[in-house]
Amino acid sequence: MKKKIVSALLCAAMTATMIAGCGNNAGASTNAGTGNAGTTDAGTADADTADAAGTETADAGSDTTAAAGDEGKVLNIYCWNEEFKSRITDHYPGYTKVDATSGTIGDVTVKWNITPNDDNAYQNNLDATLLKQADAAADDKIDLFLVEADYALKYVDTDYAMPVADLGITDADLANQYQYTKDIVTDSNGVLKGVSWQGCPGVLFYNREAAKEVLGSDDPATVQEAVKDWDTFNETAKTLKDAGYSIVSSVNDTYRVYSNNVTSKWVVDGKINIDENIMNWVNDSKELVDAGETGTHDLWSDDWSAGFYPEGKVFAYFGPAWLVNFSMAADTEGSIGNAGGWGATEGPQGFFWGGTWICAAAGTDNAGLVKDIMLQMTTNEDIMKEIVVKDDDFVNNKNVMETMAEDTKYSSKILGGQNPLAMYCAGVESLDLSNLSPYDQGCNEEFQKAMKNYFQGNATLDEALELFYTAVLEKYPELSR
Amino acid sequence: MKGKAVRYNKWGYIFLMPFIIVYVVFQLIPMVTTIYNSFFENYMSGLNQIGPNFVGFDNYVSLFSSGDIWIYAKNTMILWIMCFIPQILLSLLLGAWFSDVRLKLKGARFFKTVIYLPNLIMASAFSMLFFTLFSDGGPINSILMQIGIIDTPYKFLSNVGSTRGLIAFMNCLMWFGNTTILLMAGMMGIDTSLFEAAEVDGATSTQVFFQITLPLLRPILVYVMITSLIGGLQLFDVPQILTNGTGDPMRSTMTLIMFLNKHLYSKNYGMAGALSVVLFIITGILSLVIFKVTGNDKRKG
Repeated sequence: MKKKIVSALLCAAMTATMIAGCGNNAGASTNAGTGNAGTTDAGTADADTADAAGTETADAGSDTTAAAGDEGKVLNIYCWNEEFKSRITDHYPGYTKVDATSGTIGDVTVKWNITPNDDNAYQNNLDATLLKQADAAADDKIDLFLVEADYALKYVDTDYAMPVADLGITDADLANQYQYTKDIVTDSNGVLKGVSWQGCPGVLFYNREAAKEVLGSDDPATVQEAVKDWDTFNETAKTLKDAGYSIVSSVNDTYRVYSNNVTSKWVVDGKINIDENIMNWVNDSKELVDAGETGTHDLWSDDWSAGFYPEGKVFAYFGPAWLVNFSMAADTEGSIGNAGGWGATEGPQGFFWGGTWICAAAGTDNAGLVKDIMLQMTTNEDIMKEIVVKDDDFVNNKNVMETMAEDTKYSSKILGGQNPLAMYCAGVESLDLSNLSPYDQGCNEEFQKAMKNYFQGNATLDEALELFYTAVLEKYPELSR
Repeated sequence: MKGKAVRYNKWGYIFLMPFIIVYVVFQLIPMVTTIYNSFFENYMSGLNQIGPNFVGFDNYVSLFSSGDIWIYAKNTMILWIMCFIPQILLSLLLGAWFSDVRLKLKGARFFKTVIYLPNLIMASAFSMLFFTLFSDGGPINSILMQIGIIDTPYKFLSNVGSTRGLIAFMNCLMWFGNTTILLMAGMMGIDTSLFEAAEVDGATSTQVFFQITLPLLRPILVYVMITSLIGGLQLFDVPQILTNGTGDPMRSTMTLIMFLNKHLYSKNYGMAGALSVVLFIITGILSLVIFKVTGNDKRKG
């Protein structure tokens, strides 16, 4: 008898789960609408689950907040890490944190949809959701999404991103922002479609201890003398190697410095084009690797980040403000950053790395709030100052940055009391972004991956280039070589 | 009169229904649409959909004209063989020990559980672990350097042999428990009177193994080999995670499914479909070959 009851229960449970599963699917697909039969299967499935989750939270939100307005109750933000969330949490007036993935601004629930960048997951998710934007329920629509410079054009050059002028943001509001931050998110018709709170001019962060030991002084001017151009840089690499240091952790560290100083785009008339300066990187890097003066680690790998600690024996990293503040283990006891052991100097060439742009998604039901977030986070000088002081970020506001650069009271703890802002300010003016293309991300990634084989001696230069072409054509079938 | 007989065969159909439905929805329909899709140019360029345009066999032509597919097929087979041979030897040995009544191994149940455990770890977690262990500055290199075997870190993941070896080793470690249990089940199904008769006739345990166990185990061996081969062709997660999707060095560890995955970046259903169809045909042929070679064809008697 007992057995029978148990088996009956099991059967019931199984059927229940099956039915529950079907029910969910049916619900989600009606939700998603029928207008996108032609789009991706996998993508749709993913987004369906997201939708279902979205609806649940939305319901919960409207239960707790009774007030009504003409704006949506849910603000959906798509991004790939915690950075923007912590900026909003710390600096946006009226934001209250609820839990790890949600918060409230007034009676609006803010839903953070954070998908990591790995394997292109963030863009896949964003693409799938944007493609169904028109059919999504108001509370499920993306209101705000973030993009990076490498692929900004992919979104900006479509109707999915909303012109900031349509939100009511005028040129005068943005007058103090650096021009290059606007260039990146301006579409092919000259319409501005995003704003950023940060500028990302890069500098060279060097290990002060190593500089004292090898170059005799950790003064930025002395170090700059040793890295002022690529020839001197490569000479210094030899000296550093004799002292047991790698000049940079990996050849990929110098990549952006070369690739930002190109004179042509990755893709010209549908054909893949490798710029001369990129080839300079290949040749210089091959020499450094063969001489054992640097490694070939992938960025962000454990081997690469070993140099954040003194035992890693790395002399320098190339990067913008966010790298040293946000990514170099400054919060960890025993790291160089924690002890204030980094110094900053211009390095051989100017460059920028990353940066995050805020775009409003077309079809948002929270236009007013989106506008306010954009204005507060990127133009409110008080907030901008707070961000510089609290997060050591380089903000996108000429006035603030120039006053802060002259302010002797301001100094960066991680950089051992140096005020690097003047250096950033000089760098940001020299940025030239005329050679961006929508294919940059894929090309840059695949080029570095392919060349790794050449540097490690597993392939000749021609074989490695061949591999690069193959990989890019897999990613972008519409291109030719 | 006929109506009075109790007929049970409708129950047969009713019980078959769940399988048929699941099979049609999750296997047959996707398979047919894959074949259908392989004749179209259909991908995303950024946020713009290109196609679908009917292009006939163009996808197949470009797949084979580049010749890369053969390299990936070869990689896949090498990785499978490197993993399968040690695995089957190990499993046969362990299976023979565990099922041998004369040995009376203590704690056999415990060890059976333990050898199966690696299979419970997620392949991705397992390869992340190995990636960290064998990275240039990882613990394995530190240990090797401390005991003085090498002076500079050995770049495990930058050499063809060691990368392939690691992948094969991981797969072997993950699957030998499973194979052992299958083989053991086969061995325990063999009539013990045969072993006893052999013993009475004075056969050594080596003779028993080769003359009695192995021939009678053949159906199970064939089954193990076919399932392992099909599994091997679908090898993906371990090399994908270990090499961060690149199949480095120089794509020497890029398997066919990793190649398939490359086409997902642009949602290239045409090329991916063509590749899947080719993969389907290869799998079918290989299974048939093994079936014939091992002489499992009943018609021969």
